[in-house]
Parts: sequence; structure tokens; C-alpha cells
Amino acid sequence: MLVKKVFLDGCKRRVKRLALFLLQMDLAAESSDIDIYQVDMVWPGLLSRHLIDLYPYISEQRKKQYLPQLLENNTVAQRLVSIPWFLNVGLLYYRKDLLEKYGVSVPTTWEDMEKAAHYILKEEKKTGNDSLWGYVFQGKAYEGLTCNAIEWIASYPGGGSIVELDGRVSINNPEAVYIVQKVASWIGVLSPPGVLNYIQEDCRGIFQIGKSIFMRNWPYAWVVLNNPESPVAGNVGITILPKGGKNGKSSSVLGGWSLAVSKYSQRKKDAIDLVLFLTGKNELRRRALEHGYYPTMAALYKEKKVKSLSPITDLMLKLLKGAVPRPAGQTGTKYSQVSAIFWNMIYKTLAHKGSAEKNLKSVEKKLNFISKNGTRWIKG
Amino acid sequence: MVQDGSRDKWSLGLSGNSSQLTKYRVRSAWLFILPTLLVLCVVAGWPLLRTIWFSFTDASLSSLGEREFIGFDNFLFLLQDEDWWQSVSNTVVFAIASVTLETIFGLGIALLLHANFKGRSWVRTAVLIPWAIPTIVSAQMWRWMFNDIYGVINTILMKVGIISNPLAWTADPSLSMAAVIIVDVWKTTPFMALLILAGLQMLPQECFEAAKVDAIHPLRVFWRVTLPLLKPTIVVAVIFRTLDALRVFDLFYILTSGSTDTMSMSVFARQQLFDFQSVGLGSAASTLLFLMIGLTTIFFLKIGRSKSDQQEDA
Repeated sequence: MLVKKVFLDGCKRRVKRLALFLLQMDLAAESSDIDIYQVDMVWPGLLSRHLIDLYPYISEQRKKQYLPQLLENNTVAQRLVSIPWFLNVGLLYYRKDLLEKYGVSVPTTWEDMEKAAHYILKEEKKTGNDSLWGYVFQGKAYEGLTCNAIEWIASYPGGGSIVELDGRVSINNPEAVYIVQKVASWIGVLSPPGVLNYIQEDCRGIFQIGKSIFMRNWPYAWVVLNNPESPVAGNVGITILPKGGKNGKSSSVLGGWSLAVSKYSQRKKDAIDLVLFLTGKNELRRRALEHGYYPTMAALYKEKKVKSLSPITDLMLKLLKGAVPRPAGQTGTKYSQVSAIFWNMIYKTLAHKGSAEKNLKSVEKKLNFISKNGTRWIKG
Repeated sequence: MVQDGSRDKWSLGLSGNSSQLTKYRVRSAWLFILPTLLVLCVVAGWPLLRTIWFSFTDASLSSLGEREFIGFDNFLFLLQDEDWWQSVSNTVVFAIASVTLETIFGLGIALLLHANFKGRSWVRTAVLIPWAIPTIVSAQMWRWMFNDIYGVINTILMKVGIISNPLAWTADPSLSMAAVIIVDVWKTTPFMALLILAGLQMLPQECFEAAKVDAIHPLRVFWRVTLPLLKPTIVVAVIFRTLDALRVFDLFYILTSGSTDTMSMSVFARQQLFDFQSVGLGSAASTLLFLMIGLTTIFFLKIGRSKSDQQEDA
């Protein structure tokens, strides 16, 4: 074996937190036990001080092949601390049968979606279908809510993504206030009140038993929803997330994993070789075709074989144009705190505890406080 | 029973007549508990001291080595932090409400199980099932039962006609406290019942026989005989439960939405420690929780002791 241990697909979603914690302990102890780490999109800022710069090892040509947002996300203080390996994105699932039944076209803006949901709910109520809801999303106070809310906000031209690349706190702007307030008005009307405690699986459950017209979820739900035993199999449509108004853009948060090499590794050369191999074009293609991992190079999505894998791969390029990284690089070691402050205030707004205006102002104030007005984010 | 035990312990070390035998007994007693003490020092004492030490520093999880001593700053920050106070009030409300309900229900169930009926041992075993299920499992189970769309609880309440619209049990901050208390009462009442039942079975039968001979009304027997005799047992059970309730973590973590409105003190400390990597601040939050639990213990012991002293005087 070239490398002693590799943290590959071993960390399932369920143990992610534990994995991050273990990983931090390991790195903090400057342990050389593990050479290569699989890191989440929001970890680079957190861990960068323990990871080597990979820019010197990839050619200019190869650099251009990766999706630029991903490299940007993994770059901390001009150092590429991890190479993007596979992707996860937010998607809009909808009930094809219901939309067709009422002649409603697939919505392209949040406003359209709101209108469509209201209309279908009203008509369905007439037929006695009282328990149907319009839209479910990840509303529990956790990282998932941060993802959802960034997608709403960044889809508007002036919405931004909480903290901009230069460190400036941008969250308190009229468009962010507008859309967060709008979503808050959906709670109890279009979205069930319980959405405030839903993670992705709760949403999937409700959508799968046919109780919701629209759902925001990750790509994994597609396969489960279309399982022959699923009540909605064959009636599910999938598309990119709605735009923020006519001038907005569909904005999906970037999820996914990258590979990094530990500074404390005693076999750096071997480790780097393996990372370069695993994140190379051929290997990315193989993993996409054989295991359904979404590759991190744009060119692969244009290849016929990859394109025809599922309706999602076909959407991918369109989707990635508007993809927004979470503000993990610029906020460094403070990211999880930034995210928690943000999701708590979004949660408060959705639970109708204070207006979006007041709560987003409070996010701005807190973030400016911990970053000395956006000038001092501690880099990892 | 409990008092007798504690008096025995005191006589080990404190009794005035230090005969050869007593000295020998004291020495062998220390010898027997020495391994336990050693293990406790390693697994409980050392981490505890380390946590207290960390709470005076600005240590961070990603660089534990580079820490500076910052005095009481962490504690001052917490005492001014509204989120921390919210977690304190959540924890206290939870502890008081759940322990009160558990004591009342536990006492009721213990009295029922104390009666002689067919299949009593089966029922006694069955009652323990909620207590035997790991909390993390039952919390997840209840999370599904409380679901607003497909949860069985809303369905039942709506069928019976108590509510007309489904309630968002675990999402609504005002309801989720109730939900957490309900689950804890469901889970821990059997424990209370068992402790109290054990106490009931130790009570001297003569008092009850005398009451029977005098044809005293059963309710009067309960208030005047059973309850006073049972008090020491109940106090111990309540201490156990309160200390356990103050450090509650899993129920809040799994069942509620995780917002600052519905955090217990342990959940708050965990978030600081691991999510925010502030080992210093998280340790300070843990230390305050430890102090709170310690003070509660001392308070209960004080009450317990002064009460038993009174009883001895009488």
C-alpha cells in the first residue's frame, strides 16, 4: 500500500459530526497516522493550517478543468488545501402529476412556485384533499437550514451569501429581508408548521407519501422516491431551484467532498500522488458511471454517457452556473459559529419571533462583532 | 432503611470509642474502596479538573496547545449571554416539571404494583420496558410519533376531537418543551416507581395492621402512615432524578429543533465545545453546570439530613 490509511467513503452522513471532531483531534495532535483526509466543503477554513498547499502539484490546464467555484471554496489564503472530489447540490422536486392535472408549468422563480402551490392547494382542497401541503424544506435549526436560506437569498441579484469573499458582512440587505420574510409567511400556509423541525429525511418522508407538491432536497432522494414501492414513483419531477424574481439566478449551495493531504504525513509524496489520481478525470468519470458520484470537472457533464445517467446530471451544468459556496473560506475557523448565528435567526423569523428585518440586522451585528466589522476573520 | 445505612457508615470513622476492632474495620473498609477511588480519580476526577482548568483559558479545539490563561472572562461572557440563560431556564423548567410528574406518577404506579394481584411479576417487568430502551432510540421513536404530518399522536388527538389542526409538537418552541417532558416522564416514571416500590415493601407491616384494626379510612392511612414512612425513599429517588434531569442532553438534542430557544445546558456546552471549537467557553459552560448540580446535591443532602435529625430527635 502506498499510504497507511485513507479516510474515504467510510464516513457516512450520520457520523459526519463525529468524523469532523475526530479529525480535528487528530490534526490538533499533529498525528501522522492519517495521510489523506476526506473533507467537507465547509471544512477547509477550519482545517487549513493542518493541510498542505496543493496548487504546486496541479498543472494550469488541470486547474481549469475543475469547476471554479469549487477551487475557490477550497482555497484559503491563496493555498489550495483540498482537491474537489464529488458534488452535492440542492434541487427542486415537484409532483409532475399534480402540475399536469392543473396545467401549471414548472416554476422558475420563488414567486411562481408560491403562486403555483397556492393554486394547486386551493383546487385540491375542493376535491377534499385537505392534508396536502405546498412546499417542504430543511427548516430545523442546523446546517441544512443555512443551506436552504443561502439558496433563497443568493438567488436574488443583491442577496449575497452572508459574508462576501472580502470578509464584508452582507446579510442585512433589502432582498434578503424580502425573501426570508416571504418564506416565513409560507409557514403554516404552504409549508407545514412542523417544517421547522425537518431535516432532509423528514422532507423526503412527507413528499414520498404524497403530502407535498414541492420539496427542496439533495440528489439522493431521487432514487428513493422512484423506488417501485414508493407511492409517488414515476410522478416525481426534478429541476433546478427557483430564481429570485425575474432578474435572479437559480442558486444551489455547493455540497460535497474533497481530498486533502495532512501536513504531518510522513509520506507526502505518495499521498499527493494518490489524491491526484483519485481526483483525476478518468477516476472521476469511473466513479460517476459506476457509483453515481457527481464529478467535479465541468467537461465530464458534457460527455454523453455521464449526461444520460439521470435527469440530475443533465441539469448539473445549468445548476452549477449559479452554485454558491457557503461562506466557509472567508470566515475560516469561525464558520460553524457564523452558520449557527445565521440559522438561529432564520429559524426565529420562520417561527414568527421577530421580523426578518430585525433578525437579519441582529445577524449582521453579531457577525460584525465576532469579525471586528468583517476585517478580522481568523484564518485556520 | 436508608437512615440506618448512613448511620452505620458514620460509625465507621467517627464513633468515639476507637477500639481495636473498629480500627481494623476502618482499615479494611478503606482497602476495599481504594480500587474504586483510584478508578474514579482517573476516569472522573482528572477530566473534571482538566475541564475546570480549560474554562479559565481561551483554548480552541483545533489548537489545544496554544491556550492562554484569561481568568474569569469565559464565565463573565456566559453570565451576560442571553442564549446561555435561556438554556439554564430550559433546564430548570424541564427538571422541575419532569421530576414532579415522575414522582407523582411513580408513586401511583408503585402503590398499584404493591397490591396483590394475579400476574403481578409480569406487570412489574413490563413496566420497566420504557426505562430499558436507550434514550436515543426512544427519542427518535417519539420524534416520529410527534411528526405533524404522519405522526400517530396528532392522528389520535384529531380523531378523538381534542384538536382540529395538527400540532407541530417538536418544531414549536412552546410545545417542544412539553414534548420533551412527556417523553422523559414516559421513560423515567418506571424508574421512580421501582425505587418507591422497593421502599414500600420495606415498610413495617404493623402500622398498617393497626390501622386496619382501627378501621381507618384508606386515604387517611395513605396520608398519615404510608407517605411519612415513605418519605426518605422518595427523597432519595427525587435526588437521583433531579441530578439526572439537570444534565439532560439526548432528549433535547434529538427531539427539538436545536435552536437556542430549546437548548439544555448540556446541549449548549456541546455546541460551544465541538461546533464552535471554543474549548474554553464550552468548558466554562460545563463547569457552571457542574457547580449547579453540585449545589443542588448539597441542598438536597442538607434537607435530607436536617429532616432525619428531626426524626431522630423525636
